[in-house]
Amino acid sequence: MQSLVIVAHGSHLNPGSSAPTYDHADTIRATGAFDEVKTGFWKEEPHFREVLRTVEGDEVYVVPLFVSEGYFTEQVIPRELRLDGWDVSEWDSDGLSADQATLVAEDIGRAVHYCGPVGTHRAMTDVIVRRAESVTGDPDVGEEFGLAVVGHGTERNENSAKAIEYHADRIRDRDRFDEVRALYMDEDPEVDDLPEFFESDDVVLVPLFIADGYHTQEDIPEDVGLCEDHRQGYDVPTEVDGTRIWYAGAVGTEPLMADVILERAADAGADLGTALDDVRETTRVATGD
Amino acid sequence: MADPTVDAASEAVDDGSDEPDIPAIDLPSDAFGAVLDALDDRDPNEPIRFEGFAVARADTAAAGEYCLDPTGADPRTGLSERDLHEALADRAAAVTDWYVFERAVGEFGPRRAFLRWIEDADGETVAARYAALAEGIERAWGELKITATVTDRGERRYDVRHAADAGVPVGDLDAYEDPLDARDIVSLDAKGRYRPLKTAPSLAGGWVFPDLGPRDAYEAIETVYPATVVNWYREREGELDVSHWRETMARQSGIYGVVKTWDRGEGHEHVNWVAEACCDDSQCLKRREWQYDEGTDLDVDGGDGLFPCREPCSVVVSAARKWTRLESERPRTYEFELTPSEKEQVEDIIDAVADGRINEIREADTKEGANRYRARFLRAKLFDDEGNFGGVPTDPDGEE
Repeated sequence: MQSLVIVAHGSHLNPGSSAPTYDHADTIRATGAFDEVKTGFWKEEPHFREVLRTVEGDEVYVVPLFVSEGYFTEQVIPRELRLDGWDVSEWDSDGLSADQATLVAEDIGRAVHYCGPVGTHRAMTDVIVRRAESVTGDPDVGEEFGLAVVGHGTERNENSAKAIEYHADRIRDRDRFDEVRALYMDEDPEVDDLPEFFESDDVVLVPLFIADGYHTQEDIPEDVGLCEDHRQGYDVPTEVDGTRIWYAGAVGTEPLMADVILERAADAGADLGTALDDVRETTRVATGD
Repeated sequence: MADPTVDAASEAVDDGSDEPDIPAIDLPSDAFGAVLDALDDRDPNEPIRFEGFAVARADTAAAGEYCLDPTGADPRTGLSERDLHEALADRAAAVTDWYVFERAVGEFGPRRAFLRWIEDADGETVAARYAALAEGIERAWGELKITATVTDRGERRYDVRHAADAGVPVGDLDAYEDPLDARDIVSLDAKGRYRPLKTAPSLAGGWVFPDLGPRDAYEAIETVYPATVVNWYREREGELDVSHWRETMARQSGIYGVVKTWDRGEGHEHVNWVAEACCDDSQCLKRREWQYDEGTDLDVDGGDGLFPCREPCSVVVSAARKWTRLESERPRTYEFELTPSEKEQVEDIIDAVADGRINEIREADTKEGANRYRARFLRAKLFDDEGNFGGVPTDPDGEE
């Protein structure tokens, strides 16, 4: 019996924080690739500490719904899941290359496959592009458009910036958008000055966050100048200093995220059948035809 | 319960005696098929035991020959598949009971134990349970009311709803089929506020899962109250892993690492306050089993909940982080002048907030100290322009 456990941050304050986790779990559940799909949280229930005991399967894949390798994926989650003998060297990662480690979870006395976070997987690049398609409503968006991939920056974790740059580089290499830049909230180049970094009249701004919340709904819209006060809301696109900014909100809410979760499990050995193709098909942006 | 009642289980019995009123059960083909499959998987003569009887495949005889009560005083041998079906149809209650728990419910320990607990399957006979299920067996789980029934094919069905909606017709409630829909039900309380703690006694009503199968019933309950069944199960098995306050705080890191500094070897009174603030039955329906440490119990009651709390939860850890900072401040002496009624009013306001009574206090009920007009009057009289109570600055020397 094959089980998937998606672990995410969750929130004590924001009821929408867990929504992407539940949505992607539902998408994956519908593929039938796993006998069960469970969700666990740091700030909601079931907690990381107790989620594994709710799991029935003998092949258990744990995928962190986090954007980068760091404090949560390296310390908090392995500790709270009680992965016996965990050491970050198990991943042998340069900050972007964590794949999986198979360790016994003391809570259940069974081995689990602990996967790297979704945010650093190569398939995440496609989700960022898909997010740009979604927010513009154009499955071919790119020409005469700039793309800004935005993250926290290095304030607490240097790997956070690595993930942003990794995906920005990969998208740039595809020559799809006229310009691609990595911007940050707490370091240069700062998202506050977005129009200065782009020549294109239209720029899609995709924040590399899992869920919409304080950062994506209040901080970034105000910092970028989409609105004076986030409570007033803003249009998509909104023109700021001559640049039309298409603000995408958290990339983690994009339905194609389910694909990255599956990719992580597949890399760790899960047998997925046609689930990957199914998810890519069912989450496509409508062409409007 | 005597054996004859089992044989009578397939017919409705109502002779006015004290015997339970057992519903008539038709043996469904999937249950009979599961028995045949199970016999095929077993060695000859290795019986399947139902309540009151057993069946086995014959030893040396041709395939398809079966034996009823092979080790009993009066075994019936040489039964064809048709004969076996007839014999099992006469005992359909016991056979469907086996089928429900061995096949429909599955092996997973917590689910199986919970669904057996609902109908006291380890204490009551099939006949007594089927009679009770025909009437509906009700169980409470937190604020939930679970009503188990049995169909005329021996299948279990479960109605799950808020206990406050007991007796309300299904048509008057929002009805759901998918247990995962419970995620939306539990997200907000009746006033539309987010519920960060799923076991807080603030579950909104007005909804019902009127007709769940066993697996979906378990799933719905574990969605409303995550991990409560699995922990209840571990406790029943004597395997609940309790993590007490000190060990839980010792493992915290990052912004929560500071909480361990709150334990200064000066007793555990502060943890009593935390438990009284957060873990009382009025705040959380789990029964707190964690203490200060393995050898030091807290002085406050852990509550009467059915399901245990095995360690301080994330809400407690987050609040403790705040208190760790607040409690590191040194007390100061402030001088205020209050009338006796004003002192009591301050106490009333704290009580009303702490007990969540603010919304119950009527607009014009100025007898209540926590009444809004009373509070506004107190503020108008006692606060200065900077919002200082009694005109006394928080930092009289301008110190931080």
